Amino acid sequence: MSTLTLGGRTAVPAKYLPVLVTGCLFVAMFAVGGFRYEGFASGQVILNVFIDNAFLLVVAVGMTFVILTGGIDLSVGSVVALSTMISASLMEGPGWPPYLVIPLVLAIGSGLGLVMGYIVHAFDIQPFIVTLAGMFLARGLCYTIGTDSIPIRDPTFTAFAQTRIDLFADLWISPSVVIAVVVVVVAAYVLHYTRFGRSVYAAGGSEQSALLMGLPVGRTKITVYTVSGFCSALGGVLLSFYMLSGYGLHAAGMELDAIAAVVIGGTLLTGGSGFLFGTVLGVLVLGLIQTIIIFEGTLLSWWTKIFIGMLLFVFILLQRLFSARSRR
Amino acid sequence: MRRLLWPVVVLVLLLALNVFFSPGFFSIQVRDGHLYGSLIDILRFGAPLILVSLGMTLVIATGGIDLSVGSVVAISGALACLQISQGASLFTAVALALGLSLVLGAWNGFLVAGIGIQPIIATLILMVAGRGLAQLITDGQIITVNSPAYKVIGGGYWLTVPFGILIVLAVLAVTAFLTRRLALGMLIESVGGNAEASRLAGIRARGIIIMVYAFAALCAGVAGLMISSNVSSADGNNAGLWIELDAILAVVIGGTALSGGRFSLGGTVLGALIIQTLTTTIYSIGVPPETTLLFKALVVTAVCLIQSPSFRAKALRRRGRAAVPGPASEEKVRVSL
Repeated sequence: MSTLTLGGRTAVPAKYLPVLVTGCLFVAMFAVGGFRYEGFASGQVILNVFIDNAFLLVVAVGMTFVILTGGIDLSVGSVVALSTMISASLMEGPGWPPYLVIPLVLAIGSGLGLVMGYIVHAFDIQPFIVTLAGMFLARGLCYTIGTDSIPIRDPTFTAFAQTRIDLFADLWISPSVVIAVVVVVVAAYVLHYTRFGRSVYAAGGSEQSALLMGLPVGRTKITVYTVSGFCSALGGVLLSFYMLSGYGLHAAGMELDAIAAVVIGGTLLTGGSGFLFGTVLGVLVLGLIQTIIIFEGTLLSWWTKIFIGMLLFVFILLQRLFSARSRR
Repeated sequence: MRRLLWPVVVLVLLLALNVFFSPGFFSIQVRDGHLYGSLIDILRFGAPLILVSLGMTLVIATGGIDLSVGSVVAISGALACLQISQGASLFTAVALALGLSLVLGAWNGFLVAGIGIQPIIATLILMVAGRGLAQLITDGQIITVNSPAYKVIGGGYWLTVPFGILIVLAVLAVTAFLTRRLALGMLIESVGGNAEASRLAGIRARGIIIMVYAFAALCAGVAGLMISSNVSSADGNNAGLWIELDAILAVVIGGTALSGGRFSLGGTVLGALIIQTLTTTIYSIGVPPETTLLFKALVVTAVCLIQSPSFRAKALRRRGRAAVPGPASEEKVRVSL
């Protein structure tokens, strides 16, 4: 009940509340960090969060589509690793040029997503299990290509890794951030302003009703997994810019980070409700936690996991309050 | 019975494949008073997975899922090894580790039943935070212990049989008795079928749900003790990594639907054995071990497709079989195991 009065008093529509809470949390974390640590409160710290998490942002965008339809995609981390592995091995071994490798990698990722989406839709198997098999498949393919880390020495990739795009006042970003921002903008447009985007929300809200309304639920479901596969492959390309290597162990457990970012961003895991902007905030919050832990110095890396767990708990409790209210 | 047909066929095919590549596969010998043989190895190394899968079966039967078991495996092993390395007695260490596992499981159950959070998410919290907790307990190190008594749990023998197998048999027997001889199994299935309806029918759904999550965590805790005692060390980062996924696979391969409302303990044991046999097979037929995951993906996809009614309807041009009351038929299969 308290949330209802809160929503009424501040005159914010209830659907924006979770995003708002995440936004406030981000600002609060940044403020606390700024007070505690010297040199924290600068624009570059936020930009660094973008630079270090550009690939996670892209992957989380794809995950948002899937979760909005009420599904889940566990294969994203493995597809990211597979993309780094394929690009590294093709460029190092046969010496393929990047303009062939990158489209190929994106096609493979989308293809994997398409197949998983098709199996989910056509054979009525839970997304959880299908994408779990996809996860094993992609990881297995990585190890089949090679068990060692393969360095990337291609000039285009190293150029992408080292270029600094200067903004005003000593601030800079990497080309990956530009790509990630473009992905976010395009995805936000698709999700909020196109027919496909509305079908995504409708299918997640109630598949039955969406079907009865004559919406192409099957096609929508297959498409969201394809989108997620594409985003994971693109995230993999960005990760290979960042790491300059292909390795089967890259992005281990990344699917959890992506899911956590989407949840912290206020998207309901049951589907049908959430915003892409929330996911961006979710990724930023996760990135800022890591930054704070680095700044703190004495805190060890496993505290990241404990903090993310606690945050998840708080946000899920909030979600629970919202969804319990809307059902009544 | 028909529900277990495909898992049995897959297991038999896998075993047959092994015999084809290594003719002495089925031979079991007694050496130094211990049982030796490939089949025994499959059982021994598969024991933790079977345990975790048993707990997972009951959770899935209530329509839930427990992603945190891998973390609980790590936490339990870490706590036990820490206690032993600090000079605590075996009993204290084991009791503390299992006690903590129970508490963690009850926490999961509370989130699901008390607060009403979706099970995937509720347990995701502990899955993420639990890894951190395990590393916190071990201080990020790998704790090694030198305790012959502790070593028995995962690597020892009793009456020529590996101790781990005995633990699994005991847990399996108790679980089977509680769920199939008493009404508990029916209560669990009814909660999984429709939690609200079963509550209205007078079943304390909340208590049942909390209990199954606690049981799953307890099983994971025992598995954690086994894994850490087998290698005499606790690794907060890698112990039980991805075991939750293997366990869920085992349950699904065994024919328990993720939607809940029905479960098959025999099927789960079969499923876990299939996964373990698959791993062994890959080593014994000389396929590079890196491709284990690839094979796992193929087998999982195949088994899931075969079990999917709509796939069978499409492939065999025939409707999925009508629902038959399961428990009675499973009873026979389990006993024959």
